[in-house]
Amino acid sequence: MTARRLIIIGPLVYLTVFFLYPLGAILAKSLDADPFIGFGPFSRLLGDSYYLGRIWFTIWQATVSTMLTVAIGLPVAYLFAKHEFPGKTVLKAVSTVPFIMPTIVVAMGFIALAGPQGLLNSALMDILSLDNPPIRITNTLTIIFLAHAFYNYSIIVRIVSTFWANLNPRLEESAAMLGARRFDTFIYVTLPLLLPAIVSSAVLAFAFAFTSFGVVLVLGGSQFATLEVATYELTAKLFRLELAGALAIIQMLFTYAFLLVYTRFQAGAAVRVDLVPREATSSHKRGTGQTLFLIAFVFGLLAMLSPLWALFERALSSGGGYSFTHFTGLFSNESGSYFYRSPVTVIWNSVRFAAATMAISLVVGTIVAYFLARPRRHGAGVLDALFMMPLGVSAVIMGFGFLIAFNRDPLDLRASWFILVIAHSLIAYPFVIRSVLPALRGMPVQLREAAAVLGASPTKTFLHIDLPILSRALLVGSTFAFAVSMGEFGASLLLVRPEFTTMPVAIFRLLSQPGAANIGQALAMSSILMVIVAAGFIAIERFRYKDMGGF
Amino acid sequence: MPILEVSNISKSFSDGYAVYDVSLTAERGEIVGLLGPSGCGKTTLLRLVAGLEQPDSGSISFDGVTLDGMAPKDRGFGLMFQDLALFPHMDVIGNVSFGLRMQHLAKDEVRQRVDDLLGVVDLTGYGHRKVHELSGGERQRVALARSLAPKPKLLMFDEPFGSLDRGLRESLQTEVRAILKEIGVTSIYVTHDRDEAFAMADSIVIMDKGSVVQAGTAQELFKAPRSELVARSLGLKNVMLGTVATPGVESPIGVFPIDDPALGNNVGARVLVLIDDRQVSIKQQGGSAEGPALEGIVDSIQFHGGESDLVIRIGEGKLSCLVRPGDVSMALAAGDSVSVVVPPHAVRLVLLDR
Repeated sequence: MTARRLIIIGPLVYLTVFFLYPLGAILAKSLDADPFIGFGPFSRLLGDSYYLGRIWFTIWQATVSTMLTVAIGLPVAYLFAKHEFPGKTVLKAVSTVPFIMPTIVVAMGFIALAGPQGLLNSALMDILSLDNPPIRITNTLTIIFLAHAFYNYSIIVRIVSTFWANLNPRLEESAAMLGARRFDTFIYVTLPLLLPAIVSSAVLAFAFAFTSFGVVLVLGGSQFATLEVATYELTAKLFRLELAGALAIIQMLFTYAFLLVYTRFQAGAAVRVDLVPREATSSHKRGTGQTLFLIAFVFGLLAMLSPLWALFERALSSGGGYSFTHFTGLFSNESGSYFYRSPVTVIWNSVRFAAATMAISLVVGTIVAYFLARPRRHGAGVLDALFMMPLGVSAVIMGFGFLIAFNRDPLDLRASWFILVIAHSLIAYPFVIRSVLPALRGMPVQLREAAAVLGASPTKTFLHIDLPILSRALLVGSTFAFAVSMGEFGASLLLVRPEFTTMPVAIFRLLSQPGAANIGQALAMSSILMVIVAAGFIAIERFRYKDMGGF
Repeated sequence: MPILEVSNISKSFSDGYAVYDVSLTAERGEIVGLLGPSGCGKTTLLRLVAGLEQPDSGSISFDGVTLDGMAPKDRGFGLMFQDLALFPHMDVIGNVSFGLRMQHLAKDEVRQRVDDLLGVVDLTGYGHRKVHELSGGERQRVALARSLAPKPKLLMFDEPFGSLDRGLRESLQTEVRAILKEIGVTSIYVTHDRDEAFAMADSIVIMDKGSVVQAGTAQELFKAPRSELVARSLGLKNVMLGTVATPGVESPIGVFPIDDPALGNNVGARVLVLIDDRQVSIKQQGGSAEGPALEGIVDSIQFHGGESDLVIRIGEGKLSCLVRPGDVSMALAAGDSVSVVVPPHAVRLVLLDR
């Protein structure tokens, strides 16, 4: 084994200690309550109608959410794939904004838009002179479905529109030449060819809705607990760790099944269809009807972003006018809460943790990407699978695992901020892989060989050949890692100590306290978080590596 | 009475005209070859006839019916794309039967017709193969069967054999032409390869920069190419422009006598000077050859297996000369001085339109 290959040992140790070990701790915890039978917590859970109900609820809310997500995403994907219009690039960037926003920001956006004191309700009460808010969807399923669709529709748009735009237009033209009507062409040719892309993106949206935490916790309340929320409550409120462990294992089995389906269909989407460059496929023709339709489409997209506008508007409005009251209010601890920290500390915490997360993810993600991109060897599949495994573990489960694994020597990390950064990096590094791997696979081998022939050492080759070529992909990956850490909520909520409070946790704490002032301050903090994350993405949108490949 | 009439059709895209003022006709059962370099508008012309593009001006009619604004599916034409565009999610039967299913034919009828067609293209027993399991040549056959299935009134081919190697391409050409002739379907065959055009087509339309330069049978074109470009498109080697003068035609490599008195009267007229490279010979030391000798210098020599192509710089022009194996000229090298004999029967003069 050469020194270059030995470098993979770093990420392997990292994964073994910080991923496999906590996973083992969860498994042990879920089994050790009843050493004779061994499955005590599982039989307890599966015999309890409440937890069976949670499983069933999690599945069907994710199903409905996914259907709504696909219904919104497909038409948008079609327009992006098959039409050219002015401002398309900007609009495409705008349409992905919800996905990159922290879940807590999305949830707060929906409260700002449709909550009792939300933008819509206060406007309607003004206009219609009502005494009570007419729209009452907080703590209902409707708002959960809407928030999930809002959060995930851009997954469908990105994956399907990229695929659709690259679909060979001759296939549809051939169908037309063979006498197929447009409808038949769509049903018999276009749709079957798009199916792998639609299914894989829908499975992804389903997995996100299935493991949804922040949205359900903030918007739904406890009567709509998903498995993720139930695990959190068992851990943080009821201290039934063995049940939490069993529930976590059950949820992980589901997510790995989804990942398996996703990988299957994604592989299908990658090889079977002949793709052609997109210039050749989209139409420039525009009639009056189409123009009107496109204008409606633009307004529709802007309306889709309305929760984020509403967030700003509500954060700035107080007592009928606009002011920075809510922002300045962040600086005072009127209720004298033990958890209170100044906004400067909170923002500083989030930013430095995100920077550290970014650094770790970048190193781990890049090394693993190189490992995954190398020529296939026998038995390599096991390691590949191991490196992608953290994708299937939700944030709350990760936090829970850390909580029970790192609470005693030799690895007692409870009091350290490092535990947060490690948890964040486990969630974030797959994003670096996803960004770097396509760039790495697209890099001609000859470049490195040419450099070697010209006498460059491996280090020099990496610095002068690989790094410049990969720089954009690395930039995109690190921005995702940064954003993931900034918005990470589930694991942080379980792991954070008051002095290390991050922005999402601070928002949730404000929200859990009664009073309009606290909601106002939560809105203010959310807008700051939104601006920080958005700024990162605006900076990289110009450097995106390629549209091919989706997420 | 031609069955297909394309009249003065034009089509422009954002980067200019792709097809400009093109007219062409096809007789019932005729195979028309559309020959021209890539980017000359052949494919656009095909797409206009198919109805996949709408012309800016001009009209197309088939069997006396004007096709303006008619949807592709209603025209009853077939089109075989360069990349074939076989449906990757269907097997061979699924592909071939697609057009028939779109016509909602009875199942038995569909099956019967698909079986027949697979027999015609020599793919019996391949029905359940997936598209990606087929070889290049087999895909071409499936695409042909799929195009033939709905019995198109006009079948169009957009360089369908471009990606195949030469041997396979030539055997498919013969086979496809035989099938088309047996069925008697009117066809347009687009290609940039003149040999393919000669092999496939009854008549040839030469296109350049969006316009038709000349149309006719291969014999007609060879006999009277209307321009330097046409002559080169036909694969003629020595094509030069000359001017009619009193002693003979002046060309870049020398003056050639005029044997046709009618041509001799057109002093100042421009003519194409075509010299058959197979009849040009290198004058041997002491040997006798008919015709005047031209003095030149060997520019390059290219070996093509049996024969060699010797290019000789003479005056302001160059002359290609085919050298057979065993000829002592084979030993020549670039820079050698030679005398070239161009016999009168090797020279053809074609008067160009003013």
